Amino acid sequence: MDQHSLLFQSMVYLAAAIVFVPLAKKMGLGAVLGYLIAGIIIGPSVLGFIGSEGEDIMHFAEFGVVMMLFLIGMELEPALLWRLRASILGLGGLQVILSAAAIAAIAFWIGQPLNTSLALGMILSLSSTAIVLQTLNEKGWMGTAAGQSAFSVLLFQDIAVIPMLAIFPLLVAGNAMPDAATHAPSLRDNLPGWGQTLVVLGAVATIIIAGRYLVRPIMRVIARTRVRELFTATALLMVIAIAVLMNLVGLSSALGAFLGGVVLANSEYRHELESDIEPFKGLLLGLFFIAVGASIDFKLIFEQPWVIMGLVVGIMAIKGVILLVLGKIFKLSTDQNLLFAFALADIGEFAFVLLSFTNQTRLLSGEMTAMMTAVVAISMALTPLIMLLYEKVIQPYFTRSEVTAERDADEINEKNAVIIAGFGRFGSMTGRFLRANGVKATILDLDSDRVDALHNLGIKVYYGDASRYDLLAAAGAADAKMLIIATDHAEQTREIVVMAQRYFPHLQLLVRSENNEDTFELMDLGVLHIYRETVDTSLRLGVDALRMLGGRAYRSQRAAHTFFRQDEQTLKGLSALRDDKKQYINSMKERIEEMEKLIASDRVKTWLDEGQGWDPETIRDEIRGEKEK
Amino acid sequence: MAKVLINFAHPALEKSRVHAQLLKTIKGIPGITFNDLYEQYPDLDINVAREQKLMEQHDIILMQHPFYWYSAPAIVKQWIDLVLEHGWAYGHTGKALQGKYFSNIISTGGQEGAYHPQGHHAHTVHDFLLPFIQTALLCNMQYAAPYVIFGVHRMDTLDIKEQAQQLGHVLELLRDERFDLSPLPKLEYMNQILHLPAQTR
Repeated sequence: MDQHSLLFQSMVYLAAAIVFVPLAKKMGLGAVLGYLIAGIIIGPSVLGFIGSEGEDIMHFAEFGVVMMLFLIGMELEPALLWRLRASILGLGGLQVILSAAAIAAIAFWIGQPLNTSLALGMILSLSSTAIVLQTLNEKGWMGTAAGQSAFSVLLFQDIAVIPMLAIFPLLVAGNAMPDAATHAPSLRDNLPGWGQTLVVLGAVATIIIAGRYLVRPIMRVIARTRVRELFTATALLMVIAIAVLMNLVGLSSALGAFLGGVVLANSEYRHELESDIEPFKGLLLGLFFIAVGASIDFKLIFEQPWVIMGLVVGIMAIKGVILLVLGKIFKLSTDQNLLFAFALADIGEFAFVLLSFTNQTRLLSGEMTAMMTAVVAISMALTPLIMLLYEKVIQPYFTRSEVTAERDADEINEKNAVIIAGFGRFGSMTGRFLRANGVKATILDLDSDRVDALHNLGIKVYYGDASRYDLLAAAGAADAKMLIIATDHAEQTREIVVMAQRYFPHLQLLVRSENNEDTFELMDLGVLHIYRETVDTSLRLGVDALRMLGGRAYRSQRAAHTFFRQDEQTLKGLSALRDDKKQYINSMKERIEEMEKLIASDRVKTWLDEGQGWDPETIRDEIRGEKEK
Repeated sequence: MAKVLINFAHPALEKSRVHAQLLKTIKGIPGITFNDLYEQYPDLDINVAREQKLMEQHDIILMQHPFYWYSAPAIVKQWIDLVLEHGWAYGHTGKALQGKYFSNIISTGGQEGAYHPQGHHAHTVHDFLLPFIQTALLCNMQYAAPYVIFGVHRMDTLDIKEQAQQLGHVLELLRDERFDLSPLPKLEYMNQILHLPAQTR
């Protein structure tokens, strides 16, 4: 590709993204589907702006997946892994093993050789981390039971790729060496099966050791230079170096990056790295989805449409049924279980990686690889659609049926003065407190498992999205006095605020906010009663700390009150300043400046004069002055 | 042995010269229960059951506090309002405090002469302490003479230390019941028991 065509290509890709992604979002299809559509449109099948080089682009854009896995790895603190161990190993393990076994059995049954069947089973058992996580995040479902379970399964799949890549060479059993023309030379080409496995393990060990002992000192040196873009360069270098090393030994670079991320999860530079790589990841991932869209070989599909569609539907059905059974075993409620199954029934981008590998090693024939690529791409393209189907058809069904069933049962009782949106760790505390004081509240929550659990405890909770007009109306917002918004997501909170302000302006709004940024946003919306979720706790801790250091309890308490008042006031001042500037405080630098202003306001001189009335010095000076006269 | 309870209230002890010094002495005396109200209840959320139990376990209850605005810091009022419950401290069945002694240990900025009908404050300390005195009587207690440290504005550290010694001595005398307690209510100031002739019981 010469420079001209590179620029032209970039223009085509970016333009396609800019046109189709907002369009898709507008139609409620989600960004991922938007990218895929963009890819199909500019691909060889429709407009033909990109042709065979689409594969090069895909190769390049695979790097987005690499970066995403690096970031996912970094999110994986060992503590989180440990907390999710049951669902990761149980749910994830069973999903991969059962799906792989079922698909392999069927492939074997219809006449594929054993090793091909096994490879197909393993490849097709995986789901798309990129699409599923992106979609779950986009729709705010990450926090639900289904979202958590899906995350666990995806995690196990990401990890399972490591042994799979190690097993594949053994399946080839040394009798079909990769063709040098189709693939970059790698160190292990001339090694026997066990030797290749050894090389793989060696590469993995290299990443772990380098991540542990090499990265930190390097980052320290870079940090000292205080040149911001060097950080970005280092972060990119790190990911690229891992990719190069992995390619050298003929392994998936995505995998290596994931591993590198896990190794760096506890590093103090984690957030720096994350914010540096994030934009590259987003853009490249978009590119990747476009490339997937473009790589769908419509000619092949039109030649044997029934075979391909049959394969897609069949595979997704098998995976879906297995997921449903597992969800049932792991006690997901019906609607959550459906979301879980719908989300993970697709085949993932790892399949492309594995397919190119199996093709190189001739584990699968070229024909088979082409067909499978189409199957995988179609299934990935279907996923956002399926999720959309869930959101628009299935979820409302559950929401509606639950709400109406409830409302019929206690229409009279449930005209409460207080409505609580969100009954998680924050809202439940407030709700319990009000309840203990004889205040009945109508509670809305979006986590159906939590709703069920609370039902069993005899607490009436309505399942549903409080940012929907009909639901708030059904909850009695027209007659209520107060709406307490304690939802987890700032975005959702703001939606509820806007909705309530528009349709139920008489409602007193008491709103939880997560941090200063949220608080500013809520202030901008005109919310008067904002509760920053950790302020009281951290001050209470501060009070105890002062006491343990020998301070008087009452003084410490008063100091906390003074500090709180001061802080709220400063925040209001900053909010006004921010409005003047009409800009979003985004960068780290600005956040630090904001913190500086807050800290500066802590040092006002009135601070020490608190409680002037008790034992004033002035009267003693006065009396002593008289005596001396 | 008499059991002595000191309910201490000072909202800004870190600024105090007198009471901080007094505490150094008092807290070290064995057999005297020291109950620091502001430390115990910084949010004025008094644990009534605990306070009542403490009172039941003691014979002499002393409220120690600065004499802010001819009275006591806010928590003392809160304490009186909540702890001296009807049916426990007063009323037909409220006999829990019967026979106990109650009093105040206070410090004032002004000299003794200022607390006099012709003085700067136009009333005696006893006049100002009337709510405490009548409260004690209503609760079937005897109001012992108040322990008063006058003129703290003019005291230097040495003076205050001396005052602390004296108070400590008085408390020890009360604890050991080195004299008959019954004339206590008839004294003008509790400080005077230092000058009473020693009695053997």
